[in-house]
Amino acid sequence: MRVFAFSKRNDLELLRDPLNLFFGVGFPIVLLLLLTVIQRNIPAALFEIEHLAPGIVVFGLSFMTLFSATLIAKDRGSSFLQRLYTTPLTAGNFILGYLLPILPICIAQSVICFAMAVLLGLHVTIHILTSVLFTLPVALLFVSLGLLCGSIFTDKQVGGICGALLTNLTAWLSGTWFDLGLVGGAFQKIANLLPFVHAVEMERAVLQGDYAGVFPHIWWVIGYAAVVTAIAVFAFLRQMKRQ
Amino acid sequence: MDAIKTIDLTKKYKDLTAVDGLNLTVRQGELLSLLGVNGAGKTTTIKMLTGLTRPSSGDAFLNGKSILTDSAAVKAMIAVSPQETAVAPNLTVWENLELMAGVHGSSKDEAKNKVAELSSRFGLGAVASKRAGKLSGGWQRRLSIAMALISDPQILFLDEPTLGLDVLARSDLWDMIRTLKGSMTVILTTHYMEEAEALSDRVAIMKNGRLLLTGTPAQIKRRAGTDKFDEAFVRIVKEAAQ
Repeated sequence: MRVFAFSKRNDLELLRDPLNLFFGVGFPIVLLLLLTVIQRNIPAALFEIEHLAPGIVVFGLSFMTLFSATLIAKDRGSSFLQRLYTTPLTAGNFILGYLLPILPICIAQSVICFAMAVLLGLHVTIHILTSVLFTLPVALLFVSLGLLCGSIFTDKQVGGICGALLTNLTAWLSGTWFDLGLVGGAFQKIANLLPFVHAVEMERAVLQGDYAGVFPHIWWVIGYAAVVTAIAVFAFLRQMKRQ
Repeated sequence: MDAIKTIDLTKKYKDLTAVDGLNLTVRQGELLSLLGVNGAGKTTTIKMLTGLTRPSSGDAFLNGKSILTDSAAVKAMIAVSPQETAVAPNLTVWENLELMAGVHGSSKDEAKNKVAELSSRFGLGAVASKRAGKLSGGWQRRLSIAMALISDPQILFLDEPTLGLDVLARSDLWDMIRTLKGSMTVILTTHYMEEAEALSDRVAIMKNGRLLLTGTPAQIKRRAGTDKFDEAFVRIVKEAAQ
């Protein structure tokens, strides 16, 4: 009940912020529309809807880091979190309360993105449903990144780091906007060492029903999600102790 | 049993001793104001008593429960209304109260009843569906105190509850705080001397982390040889510097 009460509050805070709704849902849809129009005028395999939709889904999830981190950093900066620290909520309650409520929002965002992709020509198959399920580890990665950044940075810093840096990193290094092989070299190597391109490749494989193609990408995503979650929990507990 | 008993409670931050061997007793149902100039150690004392900061040494017992070894029991019996208005801005007044009931473990029905009772007691019914962030400072402070009371605490900490409020809003909050007297132990920190004098059963004055003296407002005025409470406070604090 305690975690539920805290989670519900976090959900309401996030969903009632119009900027969150615009960037969380509106922006990925606009991108899907825009790139599909471009693809129709100047055909490019990369922007074909079955190729593009998984990339946009992953890119859209990167905004969850911004939302989650902003919420936590703002709470830390106000007396609100201090008030809650004096209640019987435990450290575990806080961590779950910040992580869990954003996951359904991530799923909803992915469903909306795929629904838009269907309207733009994506064939309806069972693989869409599986793709949505496979966004869970990706969502956990981005939400945990939010917990980590929110535990370390102020809300102003979070805007720059998560809002500008992370979303750009996700965009540039995920292979959504351009084929990383075209750049090659160190750029591609760095991209391959980060989870973003693996998240997109995993989603593309699932959407095509190529479940063997999920590997090894899923290990990269799960590995990063596990490590980032562990570091985020440590950072949150550390700041909680400092408060 | 005393509501609060601190034993050589000390907090050190590197070279700074924020609270230095505090020995203070607060009786059940008493309203005690903790006074002191900035840096006196009031906020650190409150932070230790509410489990936000661990003491460097010493201990404190709230209704017999140690803040060191029984913090869960302590947290279950206390409530805090922080200095800043600690409300969730995008939640309505009703939802803020429901949230606090929920985090204290109330069931949905219990929470609903408590919220309804507190809303009517604090006159929050008219603004119940308004978002807390849209309320005036006075209403936010009123909500903040109501949020603290939703768990029926045995000990309530009010940190600068009327800071920055206009005269009318302050007077309203004073009336509200007076209604709490006797039903629970209240620890109030304030910089407003008239507030401490009007509301307190007893006053504790701190300076540089040390407790200078405790007494009723009348006793403190007698001790300082003046009939003005703010003057008495200034004399006592200045005397301690000599």
